[in-house]
Amino acid sequence: MSDQIDGGLRSELQRQGIWVTSMEELYNWGRKNSIWPLQFGLACCAIEMIATAASRYDIARFGGEVFRPSPRQADLMIVAGTVTKKMAPQIVRLYNQMPDPKYVISMGACAISGGPFKQGYNVLKGIDRYIPVDVYIPGCPPRPEALLHAFMELQRKIDSQKLTGNAKAEHLDPMQPSEFPVPAFGAHDLEPAANPRLFQPPKIERS
Amino acid sequence: MNTTEMLQPPPAMTSRLDGELMEVSMGPQHPSTHGVFRMNVALDGEMVVKLKPVFGYLHRNHEKIGENTSYLGSMPYTDRLDYFCSMTNNWAYALSVEKLAGIEVPERAEYLRVILAELTRLQNHASLLGFLLSDMGAWGTPLMYAFREREKILDLFESLSGSRMMCDYMRFGGCRVDAGPDWMERAKKIVDLFPKFLDEFEKLILSNEIVIMRTQEVGKLSAELAINAGMTGPMLRACGVNYDIRKVDGYGFYPRFKFRVPLGEHGDCYDRLMMRALEMHESVGILKQAMEQIPAGPVMNPKVKIRAFRPPVGEAYGRIEGPKGELGFYLISDGGTNPYRYRVRPPSFINLTVLEDLCLGHTVADVMVILGSVDIVLGEVDR
Amino acid sequence: MTMESLEQIKTRVEAAVPGAKIDIIPNPGPAQQSSLLIDNEHAAAVAKFLRDDSALRLDFCSNATGVDWLDRTVKKTVKVKKIVDGEEKEIDETTEEFFPGYLEAVYHLYSMTHKHGPVIIRMRTADRAENARLPSLTPVYRSAEFQEREIFDLYGVRFDGHPDLRRILMWDEFVDYPMRKDYREPDDYEYEPTPHDDVLEKAKMHYSARPQLDGAENITAQS
Repeated sequence: MSDQIDGGLRSELQRQGIWVTSMEELYNWGRKNSIWPLQFGLACCAIEMIATAASRYDIARFGGEVFRPSPRQADLMIVAGTVTKKMAPQIVRLYNQMPDPKYVISMGACAISGGPFKQGYNVLKGIDRYIPVDVYIPGCPPRPEALLHAFMELQRKIDSQKLTGNAKAEHLDPMQPSEFPVPAFGAHDLEPAANPRLFQPPKIERS
Repeated sequence: MNTTEMLQPPPAMTSRLDGELMEVSMGPQHPSTHGVFRMNVALDGEMVVKLKPVFGYLHRNHEKIGENTSYLGSMPYTDRLDYFCSMTNNWAYALSVEKLAGIEVPERAEYLRVILAELTRLQNHASLLGFLLSDMGAWGTPLMYAFREREKILDLFESLSGSRMMCDYMRFGGCRVDAGPDWMERAKKIVDLFPKFLDEFEKLILSNEIVIMRTQEVGKLSAELAINAGMTGPMLRACGVNYDIRKVDGYGFYPRFKFRVPLGEHGDCYDRLMMRALEMHESVGILKQAMEQIPAGPVMNPKVKIRAFRPPVGEAYGRIEGPKGELGFYLISDGGTNPYRYRVRPPSFINLTVLEDLCLGHTVADVMVILGSVDIVLGEVDR
Repeated sequence: MTMESLEQIKTRVEAAVPGAKIDIIPNPGPAQQSSLLIDNEHAAAVAKFLRDDSALRLDFCSNATGVDWLDRTVKKTVKVKKIVDGEEKEIDETTEEFFPGYLEAVYHLYSMTHKHGPVIIRMRTADRAENARLPSLTPVYRSAEFQEREIFDLYGVRFDGHPDLRRILMWDEFVDYPMRKDYREPDDYEYEPTPHDDVLEKAKMHYSARPQLDGAENITAQS
């Protein structure tokens, strides 16, 4: 393990042209610099996502420019925009189709909680009712810089994931689910209205 | 063999697979549907024999929320309708409320509105051309050029209103803040340099052989059907119908500016594409005139109380020529602080009425080009 | 080009379409966009006349939408002079006027040929249940196709003669008509940190009756 090797010795070796690393570090280094997002926009935030990928902000600097149209090839789902109840089952299905390890960025107020459209009868009040989210970015829409920041946060998370031991990453644990139930269209609402394993709203006492 | 002949499908192709239709669901997650649009397509080999659009994947209850919100509170929601063109959405809504309550707008505010609406048109059309070419397979490059120009205009919006995309800039009775002289200088520079980008873009793309082959004679629309099906904007004018609400209604001092309305002849995808390019040239012309003529003065009508705003009982339908077509708002007031009925007339939703007619008999690859040339934004289609 | 007045249009339509009954609905607001109320039986014929008449040529149906008017009573207080105990006195007399509700479809018509408009036409149905029916104008104006589907979806008005009347924005299994004024949306405000105004009312409603999230374990993945 790299933290078991003395830092001074390591830099001394590096100066001699010998690079010492661990499997975990190498593996995570490769993963975090080649995150392929799912090319999948929902609403306004998707335009900022495109702007992030376009000339000025250039997400390619972080290795994230390879937007895949197929979930089978993607590592990261950027939920960019309002999730409606009509769309939510498709998003869960797309998430289920992505191979492990997979990550989710919930971009913008709508994807976090319904945002300005929270009052809407067809608006899902946050995608985290159905799938687990790694990074939330507030904003309506978040600026491209905010998306880049979320991307770097995700890289940090990937970098810190353990491959072995008790604290190993969730996707390496066969007991953890990698697929989640797809909600069904009901007569008035989605059924169920949330996945209780993922979503437990805080209880607020109100008169 | 000339271009037209090459584009005709071999006659045997369409009927070879009688009875064996393949149903394909394109979308809602599809790289070229510009969002969460879905089409159920029946294919005979590669030919489209039936196409049904499926809407509602971004139906976020704009109208219901508008009826539960005050008149001022709906203004930021209009930004999120057609999220490329928040300025024109603001204007259409402000215009409708002004009609509903009989509000006058100061001269400088009207000029500012024209300037911002035309800047919006520039960035919308530029991005549309970029997206359309992406759909055709020119992946990346044209979009990068378009977004480079778009970012410059968004910078202007940001320094004026505080937000890149969701400007929330206009108010009924004027505009929220005034544009200073340095803003005007920067805008002038950007507008002066815009024709250079246009020439470059046109040289790069519009005479490109592949673009011509993929768009000419594809998705032809007749003028009669276009009128009856309620097409508006560049989609209608590509069929040769001279109907531009800037000229017809003459709102917002447009009669003071000299500009031409580009008209197409064939109503195919190429004409629709050219409409956008030509309209950008005209918009640059309007911008230059407006920036020259803009008078000093207030930008808000001081008599209007925008908070706790109660228009008189009645109804009004106001419309403007948005970049995508006629954007209208239909408001019914019952004298309260909230509109009783708040309806958006979305141009891109109604322009999709003829999608099936345009696509029949074309290959599935052409569907993406046709859809791209209609210029839809899902925030507006589903509201 | 100036358009003839609504009165003139009304007279000409009633002459051209026998049996058609048209009322002018005045608009009291400053917009002055008054409208024509058309009887449902002759609506298609009237629309066809408006479209094809050479002086009007209203060939472009821009906007079609629904409006829901609930039953309402308007209280009016009028001072009335009455003789009470042989003496004339001014008494406040309150009268209640009852307006029955209806569902309404509104169409905004313009002319692309003559570049005038709008002429606004309305149709009404008092029934809110299964028989809320209006004639479809899609055969006359193709642009009404999706908009009438939208009115059906959100207001529950069935358009007779529409080629493809299905839900358009909501999913097919949905049973309510969400744009009606008496629609109550599903109670999913479990967590609303800073509710205010209407949202607060909804949040309060919610906290009195928590929705059951249980039972979700039983559903299986459908992918």
